[in-house]
Amino acid sequence: MKKLKVNNIPEKIISNYEVQDNTIYLKRSLLLVDLDRWVPEVKDITKKISDPLIIINLDDLKKIDSAGVAALYHLKDHLIKTKKEVHIVGGRSSIRKKLDIFSFHEPKTSPKVKQISFLERIGGEVSNFFSDYIGAYFILAANVIFWTVTDIFKPQAHRKGEFYNQAVLIGVNAVYIVGSLSFIIGLVIALQSAAQLRNFGANIFIVDLTVISMMREMGPLITAILVAGRSGSAIAAEIATMKVTSELDALKTMALNPIRFVIVPKMHGSIVTMPFLTILADVSGIFGGMLIAYFYLDIGPEVFINRMGESLYNRDILIGIFKSLIFATLIVLTGSFFGLRVKEGAEGVGKVTTVAVVVAISIVIVADSIIGLVFY
Amino acid sequence: MPLKKILEVNGLSATFGDRRILTDISFKAYHEEVTVILGGSGSGKTTILKHLLGLYEIQEGYVTVLGKDINTIDEPEQKQLYLQMGVFYQNGGLLNSLTIGENVSLPLEQHTQLDADLIKKIVLMKLQLVHLEDVYDLYPSQLSGGMLKRAALARAMVMDPPILFCDEPGSGLDPISLASLDNLILNLREQLGISIIIITHDISSIMRIADRIIFLDEGKVIFHGLLKDALKSKNEMIHNFFEKGITRINPDYS
Repeated sequence: MKKLKVNNIPEKIISNYEVQDNTIYLKRSLLLVDLDRWVPEVKDITKKISDPLIIINLDDLKKIDSAGVAALYHLKDHLIKTKKEVHIVGGRSSIRKKLDIFSFHEPKTSPKVKQISFLERIGGEVSNFFSDYIGAYFILAANVIFWTVTDIFKPQAHRKGEFYNQAVLIGVNAVYIVGSLSFIIGLVIALQSAAQLRNFGANIFIVDLTVISMMREMGPLITAILVAGRSGSAIAAEIATMKVTSELDALKTMALNPIRFVIVPKMHGSIVTMPFLTILADVSGIFGGMLIAYFYLDIGPEVFINRMGESLYNRDILIGIFKSLIFATLIVLTGSFFGLRVKEGAEGVGKVTTVAVVVAISIVIVADSIIGLVFY
Repeated sequence: MPLKKILEVNGLSATFGDRRILTDISFKAYHEEVTVILGGSGSGKTTILKHLLGLYEIQEGYVTVLGKDINTIDEPEQKQLYLQMGVFYQNGGLLNSLTIGENVSLPLEQHTQLDADLIKKIVLMKLQLVHLEDVYDLYPSQLSGGMLKRAALARAMVMDPPILFCDEPGSGLDPISLASLDNLILNLREQLGISIIIITHDISSIMRIADRIIFLDEGKVIFHGLLKDALKSKNEMIHNFFEKGITRINPDYS
C-alpha cells in the first residue's frame, strides 16, 4: 500500500539507483510516479560516463510497471543516439517477464507522403473548392429545385402536414422577431437621415428614403438574415443529425428520396412564407420611419402616406418580393448542403451548423448585391 | 496468501427524492481479483459505481478505496486517488476532437513532465496490449465499436492504475468482440497486476472473468462471495440467474 502513495516520491528517488563506473544499478522500484525525476537525472549522469559501454543492472530492482519499462527503452534509444552501447542485464524473473510482456516495437509507419510543392497545393485546394463546394452545391441546387417544382403538383410525395409544419417553423414563428427588428431598423434609418435632410430643408425626402430603402433593400435583407440565423442553422442541424443517425440512409432504403422527403417541404414552406415575412418587415420598417418623420421633422402620417404613393413604384415592391424568393431558396439550399456534408459524428453537427449560418448569410448578401446591380 | 483489501463498502444507502435506490450495501474487493457487480436493470449497479468513484455524495455508510475514505478525503488527496483509478466508461468516453494517440496520452501529458518521446512509447505500449497500435493517428469516429472499447481500455490503463473500474464493458458488443475484450481484461490483470471492478449483467462474461461476485436486487446485496460459491447457491434468484439468465421473475407470471 505504501508504494501507491505519490507523496513519498522524494525518499524513493534518492535511493532508487546507484552509479559505479559505467554501470547503473537500479534499486527498489521503477514506476510511473518516479519517472518525472528519474529520466532527466539518469540522462544527466550518463553524459558524465566516458565509457562507450553503459550497463544497466536490474538485479536489485523489485518492482517495475509498464511506464518503467518504456522509460528503460527510452533511455536505451537516447543513449544509442549519443553513440553509446547499452546492455540491460540481470533482474529477477518477475522483472524479466515484465520486460518481455511490454516489449516495444515501433508500429508499421505508413510510407511517407510525397512532399507537395506550394503551387501544386494551392492548385489542388482551388480545384477541390470548385468540385467539392461549388460543383456539389449546384448539383444539389438542381436536384432540389427540380423536385421543388415537380412536387408542387404531386403533394403525395411527402408526408401530409409536413408543408404546414415547415411553414410554421420557418415563417410563422419568425413573425415577432422580424417585425420588431425591422421596426427598429426603419426607425434608425429615418433617425440618422433626418438630421442630414433637415440641414438642406429637404425634410419631405425622408419618405422616399425610408420607403425605398426598406422596400428594395432592408426589408428583404433583414428578413433573410434573420431567417438564415433562425432556420438556416436549424435546417443544417436537423439534416446533419439525420445523416449522423443514419435516418437518411433509412429513408433511402425505404425507397424514399431524402431530398423530396426532407428538403422539399422546407423549400415549399420557406418560399411561401418568406414574401409575407418580407412584406411584414417592409411595413413595420416604414412605420418606424413614419414615427421619426412625425416627431423629428413634423411630417404627419397623411403627408407621409401621400408622398409614399408618389415615390414608390410597383417595380420596387416587386423587386423586394423577388429578392425574398431568391433568399428563401438560398437559405434552405445552403442549410441542406452543409447538413448533408456532415462527417464525423455528433461533433460534426455543431461544426456544419456554424458554417451553414455563416455561409448562408454571406450568400444572401452577395446575392442581394448582384440583384441590386442587375435591377438598378 | 492473505488477501489484500483494496475496496470496502460498508452500510452504503442512497435515496433520491423519495425513492430508495440502495439499501445497506456492504462488500469488499481484493487485490488482483476481478469483482463483478451484477444485477438486473434498475438494481442500482450504476449508482454503486458512481458512489465508488466519488461522483455522488455518500448519504449513509462509508466507502474506502485503496485505504482512503472517499467521503472525508480532501481535494489534493482525491486527485491522487483518481490518478490511481482507471475508469472505463460504457460509451468509451474518448474525446472526439482528439486522435486515439492523443486521447490515450492525455493523462500522461497533463499529470507528468515526461518527454514526448517517452509518452509516445508508453502510449504505444498500452495500445499494443489492446492490439490497436495501428490506429494511433485515427479519430474515434473512424473506429468500430469494439475498437473504441479497446482504445478506452488503453486510456483507462495508461497511468498503470492499481485498480480499474469498468461500467458495462460489453454493452453494444457482439459476443465475439465481448469474448476478446474479456480476454484482454484478464490478460491485463495478469500482466499489470491490477484489481478490477466490473459492472455487467452478461452471464457469459461473468462466467469467464469473475473471481468474486456481488449480486444486487432492488438495491440490496443478496449474495457476495466467490463465483464458485454463487454457482452452488440455493437461493432461487441466483439459481435462476445462472441457469436461465433471469434476473427477476415477475410475480404476476409465476
